[in-house]
Amino acid sequence: MSTTDTAPHPTRERSPSMRRSGRRVGDSVFGTLSIGAGVLIFVTLALVAIFLTSESMPAILASQELSGTADFSLIDYTLPLIFGTVLASALALAVAIPVSIGIALFISHYAPRRMAAGLGYLIDLLAAVPSVVYGLWGGIWLVPRLEPLYLFLNNTLGSWPVWPQFLPWVGGEPVIALFAGDPTAPMRNLASASVVLAVMVLPIITAVSREVFLQTPPLQEEAALALGATRWEVIRTVVLPFGRSGAVAASMLGLGRALGETMAVLMILAPGFTFSLHILEVGNHQSIAANIASRQAEASGVDMSLLVFTGLVLFVLTFIINAIARWIVSRSGVKS
Amino acid sequence: MAAPQPINVEDLNIYYGDFRAVADVDVQILPRSVTALIGPSGCGKSTFLRTLNRMHEVIPGAYAQGTVEINGEDIYDPRVDPVNVRRRVGMVFQKANPFPTMSIRDNVLAGVKLNNRRMAKSAQEELLERSLKGANLWNEVKDRLDKPGMGLSGGQQQRLCIARTIAVRPEVVLMDEPCSALDPISTLAIEDLIHELKQEYTIVIVTHNMQQASRVSDRTGFFNIAGTGEPGRLIEIDDTEQMFTNPGNTQTEDYISGRFG
Repeated sequence: MSTTDTAPHPTRERSPSMRRSGRRVGDSVFGTLSIGAGVLIFVTLALVAIFLTSESMPAILASQELSGTADFSLIDYTLPLIFGTVLASALALAVAIPVSIGIALFISHYAPRRMAAGLGYLIDLLAAVPSVVYGLWGGIWLVPRLEPLYLFLNNTLGSWPVWPQFLPWVGGEPVIALFAGDPTAPMRNLASASVVLAVMVLPIITAVSREVFLQTPPLQEEAALALGATRWEVIRTVVLPFGRSGAVAASMLGLGRALGETMAVLMILAPGFTFSLHILEVGNHQSIAANIASRQAEASGVDMSLLVFTGLVLFVLTFIINAIARWIVSRSGVKS
Repeated sequence: MAAPQPINVEDLNIYYGDFRAVADVDVQILPRSVTALIGPSGCGKSTFLRTLNRMHEVIPGAYAQGTVEINGEDIYDPRVDPVNVRRRVGMVFQKANPFPTMSIRDNVLAGVKLNNRRMAKSAQEELLERSLKGANLWNEVKDRLDKPGMGLSGGQQQRLCIARTIAVRPEVVLMDEPCSALDPISTLAIEDLIHELKQEYTIVIVTHNMQQASRVSDRTGFFNIAGTGEPGRLIEIDDTEQMFTNPGNTQTEDYISGRFG
């Protein structure tokens, strides 16, 4: 080692010491900033949670004092809202998921490249449209046009048993049918709200699924092709199994947006507080977010506290949905 | 089965968009034999291989002009469905690519199930065993057919891919550097397998490894390019022994003797 007596490097007589020499200002400034930004997100989330909990305490306490004796009950107030929120979001997803997966597959595997790029931009653009605009469009343009469809569904499938009665508090009907009931114009019902919600969550689900489908390893697709697979068979054997968890996660993201969507529901839905599954009937349902938005201006005292409590419920609900979505994504990540 | 016919390639030009990648290939590939394609990187040998089952055109903008006759039928006839071509001409890739979500059993039977053939359970089991035996893999996996294919070693995965390919009973098996990601022992297993497979199948193998070409093939074709941007050309094809001892072309001799490439 010591005998390697080669000529010294021309520009450097001796190596500089490798010991620490002072602090690097840029590093410490940037490090502090980014750590601060990271901490900020935790603080914000914690503050929101604390606010929601503390502000809803009066309603919770009042409910305990009054439960059973008065016409006011926290649970009675919140459950129909949860029901309406979840039902609207579930219907929206039921409409949006098949369409989104279809569009995503079209973009990733069927469309010519240039068309795929254009369509991709269009989808992203759709995601950027403010929900107020969707609300206007839905309320003014879509609702009247859905009327014939609703009447048709009501006539043909109105007595169709979607599933037998299993919820004792749903009412005295022998069979619960989604399209039953007495729809009246204007069709400001849950179905209309769900259709608009579906249009709104469609871009998210499409964009995320498209990304996942595009990441299918080319080698896998070639394996299927070389066995004589048609395009649909490639999708079925390779693309969908590969992208399944991603598509599920995308749907969960869509669900998260549908649950919290306010304006579109507020502008379309004629509210009501029942557990009715008759989605064509007007004045049966309301979502948590739309309910808060419509009442918070006039609310005060316990009423306001009550609204905050429903907000807390929504907060927890979306939190759980997101956690599930992340869990699904991470589980799929381990596999591949 | 009718007597196997050679694959006749006539005047084949292969393009990626405007770029001509391979020019003027005329060659006859003998049936039930192993033909090796060698040459430096970028000479178009893999591209040429992929035109033999129309896998080439999977890449956007890629196309081929000319005729490739398999069993007397031009696979570039406009009336021919590439899906049907690929059911007759199987392919094994550089990197083993079993379907990750499928078991060993499902991997082998994937092609048969794709081709919409309804099969009795017993026929499936028989085909499974025959294909795995044909790929020299049966003894190693017969006790864990329902385990995922990804759990096998690299060499076993590649043999699983060969089993999957021969399960659809192709006439031709194309191999694109099938051993380049494998260790010497796994490579030996695949080479032994190639020797057995040629009893039943016409095999065309692209390899970077000249020793491998001399070990496994009956005939060897040499591809070369004149320079960057120039199309690759088939310089020479002959019996493997002849190619490695006394090639007719000086380019071949230079390549084989290690002067370039």
